[in-house]
Amino acid sequence: MPLRMSSPFAGRLSGVEPAARGAIVIPQRRVYILPSRLGLLFGGALLILLMGSINYMLSLGFALTFLLAGAGLAGMVQTTRNLARLAVHAGRAAPAFAGERALFRLGLANGAAFDRPEILLRHVASGAECRIDVAAGESAEAGLAIPALRRGWQPLGRVMLETRFPLGLFRAWTFVEPACRCLVYPRPEHAPLPPPVPSQQAGGGRAHAQGSDDFSGLRAYQLTDSPRHVAWKSVARSDTRHARSDTRHARGDTQYARSGDMLTKQFAGEAVAELWLLLGDLPASLGLEARLSRLTGWVLAAERSGAHYGLRLPGTEIAPGRGEQHRGACLQALALYRARA
Amino acid sequence: MSTPDRSDAAAPPAPPAPDRRALDGRDLALLAVGLAIALAPHALRAPAWLSLLTLALIGWRALAVTRPALLPKSVPLLAIAAAGMLGVWLEYRAIFGRTPGVMLLVMFSGLKALESRNQRDAAALVFLTWFLAITNFLYTQSIPTALGMLAAVAASVTALVVLAAPRRALRAGLRTAGVLLAQAVPAALMLFLLFPRVQGPLWGLPQDAYTAMTGLSDSMSPGSLSQLTLSDAIAFRVDFQGELPPRRTLYWRGPVLWDFDGRTWRPGAPMPTELPQPRNGAKVEYSVLLEPHNRHWLFALESAALLPPRSRYLEDGQIVTLAPIRARMRYDMVSRVEADPAPENDRRFLRRALRLPEGFNPRARALAEGWSRSGASDAQVLERAIEYFGRERLQYTTEPRLLGRDSVDEFLFETREGFCEHFSSAFVFLMRAAGVPARVVTGYQGGDLNPVDQRFTVRQSDAHAWAEVFLAARGWTRIDPTALSVPRRLDEGLARAISTADALPLLLRPEMAWLRSVRYNWEALTHQWNLLVLGYNPERQRELMSWFGMRDAGWLELASTLLAVLGGFMLALAAWMLLRLARPDPVQAAWSRFCRKLGAQGVPRAPHEGPRDYAERAARDLPWARDPIERIAALYIALRYGGSRSSESVMRLRRMVRELSFG
Repeated sequence: MPLRMSSPFAGRLSGVEPAARGAIVIPQRRVYILPSRLGLLFGGALLILLMGSINYMLSLGFALTFLLAGAGLAGMVQTTRNLARLAVHAGRAAPAFAGERALFRLGLANGAAFDRPEILLRHVASGAECRIDVAAGESAEAGLAIPALRRGWQPLGRVMLETRFPLGLFRAWTFVEPACRCLVYPRPEHAPLPPPVPSQQAGGGRAHAQGSDDFSGLRAYQLTDSPRHVAWKSVARSDTRHARSDTRHARGDTQYARSGDMLTKQFAGEAVAELWLLLGDLPASLGLEARLSRLTGWVLAAERSGAHYGLRLPGTEIAPGRGEQHRGACLQALALYRARA
Repeated sequence: MSTPDRSDAAAPPAPPAPDRRALDGRDLALLAVGLAIALAPHALRAPAWLSLLTLALIGWRALAVTRPALLPKSVPLLAIAAAGMLGVWLEYRAIFGRTPGVMLLVMFSGLKALESRNQRDAAALVFLTWFLAITNFLYTQSIPTALGMLAAVAASVTALVVLAAPRRALRAGLRTAGVLLAQAVPAALMLFLLFPRVQGPLWGLPQDAYTAMTGLSDSMSPGSLSQLTLSDAIAFRVDFQGELPPRRTLYWRGPVLWDFDGRTWRPGAPMPTELPQPRNGAKVEYSVLLEPHNRHWLFALESAALLPPRSRYLEDGQIVTLAPIRARMRYDMVSRVEADPAPENDRRFLRRALRLPEGFNPRARALAEGWSRSGASDAQVLERAIEYFGRERLQYTTEPRLLGRDSVDEFLFETREGFCEHFSSAFVFLMRAAGVPARVVTGYQGGDLNPVDQRFTVRQSDAHAWAEVFLAARGWTRIDPTALSVPRRLDEGLARAISTADALPLLLRPEMAWLRSVRYNWEALTHQWNLLVLGYNPERQRELMSWFGMRDAGWLELASTLLAVLGGFMLALAAWMLLRLARPDPVQAAWSRFCRKLGAQGVPRAPHEGPRDYAERAARDLPWARDPIERIAALYIALRYGGSRSSESVMRLRRMVRELSFG
């Protein structure tokens, strides 16, 4: 998905000295070039034209054949030029869950006075591709959607840049390995949330005692919820399965919000449930990865339910809280907990 | 940390492989332009049904741009192809051979256009365009054809560029294609001059390969020469060293005809022999650039005193090459005009020069026998014949009436009008009937001087036939019976010699003087074209190499020279295009210099600092230079990140940085 860059972003990409940000300027010596399949056919066609010209003694036949040959040679140089001295900047990659795709962004900066159209980026390991044009003196951003395999930091790895512009007769390519990594969260397991931990255990004086009759939303049913608070009407409507405890986060994550198909009504004055998500609570027999997956699912569910939740892993403790930042910190801790490399 | 955006993270739709991408209207339009230019001259030559069929196929594809449902399946395509091949076979009774082959190529290009859906098809169509372009040169290699095919190649190269970058604007594609072709020209020139040329053909050519060439044939019957003289086509051009000989002496000798069957004159079977050196006559040196005529004859002024390389002199005075002349050929000649004929000792041929078919032209026979009855010598008979032709006032015309069985009788006594073939045929017949050995000689007479480039041009319209009579005292003596009847033919050329009612080639008409001057200029240009471009052959290539000090360059020397020169050019091109990239951007260079200058003042730029932040900090720390620092930073930001940069503003930035001082 090629993105044309607005100029502020372009500034962020190339305003600093390239070397300082670890930009890779492709040296011309590292651009490899070979004829493409079409190029081989072109060579064959030239040979036929040449034989015809010799046989029929056509001076203009020679001229036409040689003009095409000259165009092919000039095209070869232009194809090399299309990659030479192109600067590749490692962009940011937003975190992804294992099993999904991580979008790595690469900035291509063209300092030259000519356009560099039709540059194909191909991730060597996964084969993910992106095709972009980089206009003269401008920058463009390429996105490579690469499968996120395992939790932890996933480096981008080798990327091949390839071009066949301008005639398609030659294929020039080079490899770059931008310093670019993506945080991969564990694959979330969809599981019901554990019961809230008694509040004295986690920061005692936080019992809220306010009015309990202002309806504020729905959240997934938990075993400890009072049957009086279950939204029975919505259970009856089989089509409405969406938890609306926090519409901002509802988007695609509905599968985490289901528990049975029951929803619990939440009230503004209700004492906010405080959850502690503990690695130690899960049976060790599950294995570390499965337990981290379940915790990840819990973090997502807890964030959606609007609860305050905390995370405790051996050696790491994140105090209860909520919100984007908090969720990110929890997921990062889960992603990096005893992560390899 | 932000939530991973799931719509972003989903796999992007895989772009189709480049050669599977469907063609859009723009691609097809460009392909069609190239194809149409290459096709146009063929379409004019092709049978009407074939041209219309090809046009219809291309039109069909154009309609299908907006209505893809119109694209045919493969069965109808195969049916059209089969029908077209059958049509070509019915038209020419052949599928192979030059013209049927080209016609099939024309039809297949239409079919390919119709079935083109993706880029792979488009590439095939581009190749077809090139094949069609080059086959045009089989018919003509004139300057207009060359320009047309150059346009076809330019359009097809543009199509390739646009196909390779479909998202780009057409204008940008045109520019890229223009640059490519401009860079191709020097390489093409080097290849043209230095690519080792071999003399074709490499394999047998189809029978019809050279039917388009015009010129004298090896037989003469009433009407054959007058047809030829209606053509303005050039037979050969001549460069005289020194003075132009008088026009009446310009007899360009060609095929000699011996055998008469009552209607047609045919050549004898002369053997090669030594070239006899003429004893007297004015020496004329010249070189001839002969148009290909697919025969063996070389033309030279009478009497030839030099034999061009790879040619032979035959007993009856013809000069022939070993292979038919199928490419423009240049040879140097020396002749002696108005020389006495070489003495002839071998009388074997004289019997053949007396043979006449029985039972033809009784009146002419009676006339000739009347001349020789009184025991007159050959010279006296000849004198009477000359007198007869001078007296009889036979009319000279390019449109003689058709003659029946006794063609000589009808010409002399009934129609009394004819062209040079009638005059020469009748004269030789009369001489043989009177017992004097005689033969018909064909060739060209006269020619005209192009005042623009001072070259002498001989056209097909100068074709001529005359007679040679054997006199024991002199040998073979030239007699021009046409000139005996119409003396103006020699001095003033065809145009003045015939009555004005007759058809003359347009440009030979006297009232077309201005048109003639246009033609002279055009022909002077064409002559250079023929000489330098079309006439560039293995021989010229050797001459070029020896001009560079390489004597007798073989293909190995040529190939290594070509590799060296072309390699040098490619290196220079690559250096010019690639090394230029390594040079820093002038704006960036000026900015770096600015940073160094401020750094020397104790305000170095921190690696994380953008230009705006840095300039603000520097202006704060160096308040006395606040104004220039801010202006430089603003200009730098505008040039670096703004949309456009003019060379003046880049110069201004550099000047401001240079002039920045803290004194």
